[in-house]
Amino acid sequence: MIPAAFEYKRANSVDEALRLLGEHGEDAKLLAGGHSLIPMMKLRLAAPAMLIDIAGIPNLDQIDAASDPLTIGALTKHAKLAASDELQKKAPALWDAANDLGDPQVRNRGTIGGASAHGDPSADYPAVLQALDATFTLAGKNGTRELKAAEFFRGMFETALGANELLTKISFAAAPKSAYVKFHHPASHYAVVGVAVALTIDGGAIESARVAITGVGDVAFRAAGVEAALKGVKTNDADGLAAACAGAASGVQARSDTFASASYRTAMADVFAARAVAQAAAR
Amino acid sequence: MAFTAMVGARIRRREDPRLITGRATYVDDVRQVGTVYAAFVRSPHGHAKIVSIDTSAAKADPRVLAVYTGEDLHHAHGVKSSLPVAHKMADLKTPPHYMLALDEVRVVGDAVAIVVATTAYAARDAVELIAVEYEVMPAVTDVEKAAAGPPYVHASLGTNIAFTMPFAAGDTDKAFAEADVVVKQRIVNQRVAPVPIEPRSMVANWDAGMQQLTIYSATQIPHLLRTQLAVVLGLPENHIRAIAPEVGGGFGAKLNVYAEEAVVSWVAMQLECPVKYIETRSECFQAMIHGRDQIDDLEIAAKSDGTITGMRLKITANLGAYHQLLTPVVPTLTLLMAHGCYRFENISAEVVGVFTNTMSTDAYRGAGRPEATFFIERSIDMVAQRLGLDPAEVRRKNFIAKTSFPHTTATGLTYDSGDYETTMDKALKIVDYAGLRKRQEELRKQGRYLGIGLSTYVEVCGMGPSAAMPAAGWDSATIRVEPTGSITVLTGISPHGQGEETTFAQIVSDELGVPIDQVSVIHGDTDKVQYGVGTFGSRGTAVGGAALQLAIQTIQAKAIKIAAHQWEANPDDLEYRDGKIGIKGDPSKSMTTPEAGFAAFMGDNLPPGLEPGLDATRRFEPPNFVFPFGTHVCVVEVDAKSGQVEVVQYVAVDDCGRLLNPMIVEGQIHGGIAQGLAQALFEEVVYSDDGQLLTGTLMDYAIPHAEQVPHYELDHTVTGTTVNPLGIKGCGEAGTIGSTPAVANAVIDALAPFGVVHIDMPLKPEKLWAAMQPKSNGSVR
Repeated sequence: MIPAAFEYKRANSVDEALRLLGEHGEDAKLLAGGHSLIPMMKLRLAAPAMLIDIAGIPNLDQIDAASDPLTIGALTKHAKLAASDELQKKAPALWDAANDLGDPQVRNRGTIGGASAHGDPSADYPAVLQALDATFTLAGKNGTRELKAAEFFRGMFETALGANELLTKISFAAAPKSAYVKFHHPASHYAVVGVAVALTIDGGAIESARVAITGVGDVAFRAAGVEAALKGVKTNDADGLAAACAGAASGVQARSDTFASASYRTAMADVFAARAVAQAAAR
Repeated sequence: MAFTAMVGARIRRREDPRLITGRATYVDDVRQVGTVYAAFVRSPHGHAKIVSIDTSAAKADPRVLAVYTGEDLHHAHGVKSSLPVAHKMADLKTPPHYMLALDEVRVVGDAVAIVVATTAYAARDAVELIAVEYEVMPAVTDVEKAAAGPPYVHASLGTNIAFTMPFAAGDTDKAFAEADVVVKQRIVNQRVAPVPIEPRSMVANWDAGMQQLTIYSATQIPHLLRTQLAVVLGLPENHIRAIAPEVGGGFGAKLNVYAEEAVVSWVAMQLECPVKYIETRSECFQAMIHGRDQIDDLEIAAKSDGTITGMRLKITANLGAYHQLLTPVVPTLTLLMAHGCYRFENISAEVVGVFTNTMSTDAYRGAGRPEATFFIERSIDMVAQRLGLDPAEVRRKNFIAKTSFPHTTATGLTYDSGDYETTMDKALKIVDYAGLRKRQEELRKQGRYLGIGLSTYVEVCGMGPSAAMPAAGWDSATIRVEPTGSITVLTGISPHGQGEETTFAQIVSDELGVPIDQVSVIHGDTDKVQYGVGTFGSRGTAVGGAALQLAIQTIQAKAIKIAAHQWEANPDDLEYRDGKIGIKGDPSKSMTTPEAGFAAFMGDNLPPGLEPGLDATRRFEPPNFVFPFGTHVCVVEVDAKSGQVEVVQYVAVDDCGRLLNPMIVEGQIHGGIAQGLAQALFEEVVYSDDGQLLTGTLMDYAIPHAEQVPHYELDHTVTGTTVNPLGIKGCGEAGTIGSTPAVANAVIDALAPFGVVHIDMPLKPEKLWAAMQPKSNGSVR
């Protein structure tokens, strides 16, 4: 890789990272796993003058699955999530995504915080974390603030993270009946369509559902119509579940690329929503 | 052949330890003192006039050593600034292909200027400092639009058609008039990118004292590169040394002479220091040759029993903006193999080569033959579908019979040997074809769509007789028996993954009776190795190995003379037996090759008139091509809801003649299938109408990851050939050629209940899903 020249500083604490961000402002970029930023620097689509390496900040790479809500440090690597038995039990949608993301090299370098903060419209976590109704903790020089996932993900490569803020942790209530199902792009292996579902089930019927979809629009979104339609549907009623997932991406301006058109993406949102619901219900 | 200890054994590749432990020397690993770094300014437009180039800001950067443009190169003394194309076509239009664009750019990625700086970083920075003003001109990327008229890629030609080649054999009109059915189909064989893991890489140095140019390049053809550089740069050829060190994949894309190789060499001559250029992956997508990109308009005449009687064919080949080394030759190979392994004799065809504002197409693994195999194998399935016959039986009905070889085809090739039915029967047995068809029926009733695809291919390789090649078709080998008994092989081919360091050592070990560790195989350096033509067209072992076999014969004959002299025997009574010299019918005496070699070195006890030394250089001129064949069977399931394809089973039964090392053959077949399957399912280079490359990174252009290819079940049949003394046929391209139609036939077979006859590649889920949707008239199928 032959990027434009940049300076590099290593932050050893959240405070130090925030101080450096404050000093360098718009010229600076935070570097965690680097698996979103570095490819852009390689292509010279990004040329930050300063890289602040936060990968070594202690205690931000922990999975606390015993607490309620569960808490994941922003620097937790995909591989660690993918290997967590506790996570598999308590929030299998996130475990699914971590296992189905990138390749071993990416999973061993990339972090949940970095991937989320990048705001890629085809990334997996934006759907999963909305389905889990996760809370994002953002640290700034005046303390921390908390945002819901639906507020955090704003648009294509756009999040609510301020220029002088650092995402430190992500927390969510356990969702044992959750799943994430993804249609891989054959080249990027990002989601052409990715659907995350978290259900509560009462007496063999769906009591509540959160359904979030990535890859289709400019930003991952909750499929409110599907969520409403799923209420009360028996989990053994495959046709009923599929019918409730119809129109999953209705009203969303779908994207198009050389692999999949907007109308195909829209149609696949229904198909993969039904699969994710079935998988979550079966857990 | 002698006793067989090594040949035929699954010897591990001796190349691999250095490759997998990071100890191999690729071009970028070549470190020379004083190296400077080059980067190219490339066109962002598909077609534009260069109004001006302002290099002042770049030249003002203290890290920048030089900037050169097309003007500089065009007016340089002795330089022929247009690149070569190898062909023997009478009426081919060959517009200039400048090393750096002069006045006009014709494809995104066209090199406009070269910057040389102290570091690779500085060179890339400086590229951004060069301001090129363009006047955008109308571009054309659609090959049929380009064939029809303006805009012209090369205005001076007044046409985009580079050549038209008509062909006729037999009485095609009669065949069509008497046909029971005619199947008509337009088949697009999409453009693909070779994507070797190592992109184009080169470092050139000019020794001003010796007036010697040395270029390390990731090439498949070091000697041909040397020859072309001599022509282009106006240097005596013996003042150029070309070295192909470890090369990280070629697939035909490095069977070329690229502008960058000549420009970097010329710059090294100007600056008198080593100049290194390693292209980026993005540049590799733009400016390394692409493969395929043909529209094949077909009509097939058949009898109601499935007998094919005639073909009408128009091949429209998208050549890209310029001729690279073999650009116009590739589509003519398609015509040559249009009939595949079938008997029919009536062909009426036309090949049209067309310039467009896209990267040049050229030889990519299979080079013209995969396109032919694809359309003839698809045609067989379409004929079977139309007539309600089993595609395996239609193949059987049309095969050239085992008993009728040698067989001269309608296009004038002579297939020396073949046994197509045996490979097909073997493959069908492995997959339990009848059982599969039954299962397909059952699953269809459940709304599940299994598809079974066959491809019975034959290909032409072992390139080739010189008379049939655009340039020399022979190759060479030297064997030296060193005084202490080790044996050095210098081969004229240039292996870059094919494993001949291992297989050639296996042959020598057996034939000359030395432990394999005592045999070294040297290649890829024009100052070490006698002239050789290189590695491409599945010729490395079929031609280079045959030359080695000739050299072995010469060594053996001389060693026998030496032994006969020492034993006071008649050389005619001596023979090589189990790798040693012995007396016919008398096991009491023997002499090893190293012993004969030592005697030849000492020189004091040799027969009168025999020169000292035990070495030999031989060249093999193949009397014919070789024709490997086989049957691939692919089984897929297509998901009705999404159109996603799962490859359920893949069986390949190939016949590449004698197997020198089955493990290496299997590796070749594996890689070939992966590339062919990827073309069928997802690879596709896409340009926008105005010439922008839309698939310019690995985020957009899909090459298969490990989990995207199935487990391969391989088997072989062995049908000999007398074309070369080893009895072998190539296997480098067979996997690619055989697999693409097998996969496509399987996917399209899966969709037969939906009335699907043909879908063009890549068989992306969206296309399949669309074909499976209820029709607007309300019918489900």
